[in-house]
Amino acid sequence: MRKPKHMKHLVHLFLLPALVFYVGFMMVPIVSALMNSFFSWKGLLRDQFIGLENFIRLFTESPHKETFNRALGHNVIFFLVLVPAKLMVAYLLALLINSRIKGKEWFKTIFFMPKLLSVIVVGYLFSLILNPSYGVLNTALRAIGLEEWARPWLGHPDTALYTIILVDSWYEFGFAVLIFLVGLQSISREVYEAAKIDRATGLTLLLRITVPLSMPSIMIMTILTFISSFESFELIYAMQGTSGGPYYSTDVLALYFYRLMFSTAGGGEAIGLGSALAVILLVMIATATAVSMYFFRRKAVDY
Amino acid sequence: MAHRLQQLTKYVLLLLFSFISLYPIFLMFLSSFKTSQEITRSPLGMPHSISLDNFIEVWHKVQFSDYLLNSVLVSVFSLLIILLVSSMAAFYLSRYNFRWNGALLFFFMLGLMLPMKLAISPLYMQLLKLGLLDSLAGLVVVYVAGHISFAVFLFYGFFGTLPRDLDQSARIDGCNDFQVYYRIILPLMRPAIATVAITDLIKVWNDFFYPLVLIKSTGKGTIMYGMLRLFGEYDTEWNLLFSGLTLASLPMIIAFLFASRQFIEGLTAGAVK
Repeated sequence: MRKPKHMKHLVHLFLLPALVFYVGFMMVPIVSALMNSFFSWKGLLRDQFIGLENFIRLFTESPHKETFNRALGHNVIFFLVLVPAKLMVAYLLALLINSRIKGKEWFKTIFFMPKLLSVIVVGYLFSLILNPSYGVLNTALRAIGLEEWARPWLGHPDTALYTIILVDSWYEFGFAVLIFLVGLQSISREVYEAAKIDRATGLTLLLRITVPLSMPSIMIMTILTFISSFESFELIYAMQGTSGGPYYSTDVLALYFYRLMFSTAGGGEAIGLGSALAVILLVMIATATAVSMYFFRRKAVDY
Repeated sequence: MAHRLQQLTKYVLLLLFSFISLYPIFLMFLSSFKTSQEITRSPLGMPHSISLDNFIEVWHKVQFSDYLLNSVLVSVFSLLIILLVSSMAAFYLSRYNFRWNGALLFFFMLGLMLPMKLAISPLYMQLLKLGLLDSLAGLVVVYVAGHISFAVFLFYGFFGTLPRDLDQSARIDGCNDFQVYYRIILPLMRPAIATVAITDLIKVWNDFFYPLVLIKSTGKGTIMYGMLRLFGEYDTEWNLLFSGLTLASLPMIIAFLFASRQFIEGLTAGAVK
């Protein structure tokens, strides 16, 4: 039975709404941001094509150069600290849950709970917990006689960034545990049986069998952590404001981007500089995501 | 004996991290029942009486009911539109063989790699031109656009597991294309719909960035936007702050207690992104 011709074209209506939303409000803005980075700006008006000038100014001209480098450095620290604080801890916990133990589901559920909160709630909640005079942490430290440990965690440039990274670890570690568990559970029993026949035990078993065979999930989590380190914004915004206080000690690229776009940083040229910064972040994050998707696909094939 | 010690160490570690995980949340709940004085004098102690005064006060002081309603509206509409348009697009991509379908799929997948927040300034201008700035509809449009990629990706994968014979036989029985989608495919995709719905619900409900940038008038804020105002205006009244945070988080926590497995599956499936 042949359908009348006009019915045939109606089939494209399945695609149309998604395409309109996706192109109109995601792809067009992203391409515009890309284009904007190659133009000079006078306030909200696009002026003239200046090639890579915005990028060059961001890298070489004071004070942009200093702000950019400092913020980039903090993003790198963010990632480097999250690897042990979040990933290694989560891997250890995943190993424990994967071993012979009761209440696996309970632990999974409990570790996952923080992830249900909004980042803004987490930020505000911990700014109360970490308050120097009335916060729970310092009160508890004083109560158990560790008076000298009580300090303004978020108020001092030396501790503020690390404190925020630990809060971020608290928020995210349960999710990492779940991803690692998926990886660990996909290792077949036979591999372990075979290794045991070869008298491999404890640490050898872990380093030679478990870690290499769960490498795909380790890679994925490392890349996701890299991405989230370079996207981090809300948590720092909630705890330290738009300038990443105290004294810019917690400033990161996304905050600098926000200041360029929505406050007075960068003056009349701000949109050009901000767009250039957006493009830099976009390229970094897109590359990392592409790599992680490659690993994810490979993992799906391997097991 | 060594084995016992090993088991004991495992449980101690797991319980320690369970405590770390839950205590801040527990503290948030507990403190919402305390008076401001109780919180500052004995932050670790229990409340002297269980009263809902703080919640009632927050509810009235910062128009909490407005924020709650806005959050519900934005979440429900975003979710319905995402599910509808993405499942239709995925149906189109997996059930028809147009020669551009491969390229289209790749085009949709690009969105998984591109963080939309970095395009906020052109997006802002665009919503301004369309008169969607500072409106709930504007937020819905942004959330739909931002979540289509993931939903299409998941639905497309799910359709791959449904046999094509199914729609062939339905066609023979006289169903047209829309009836195949609506009567045959849609009812079968419930698990995939649940996964997408839960993942997107938690992301939309908890989002703070877009209301921060796109909403100007307090009457149009979502709950997370309300937190910004609460902390700006009542920063010394800790009892109100804690109970505000609790109220904002309660809906997702209650939903989680009812469907923890779906939540966990949904968000780990989201890990591809």
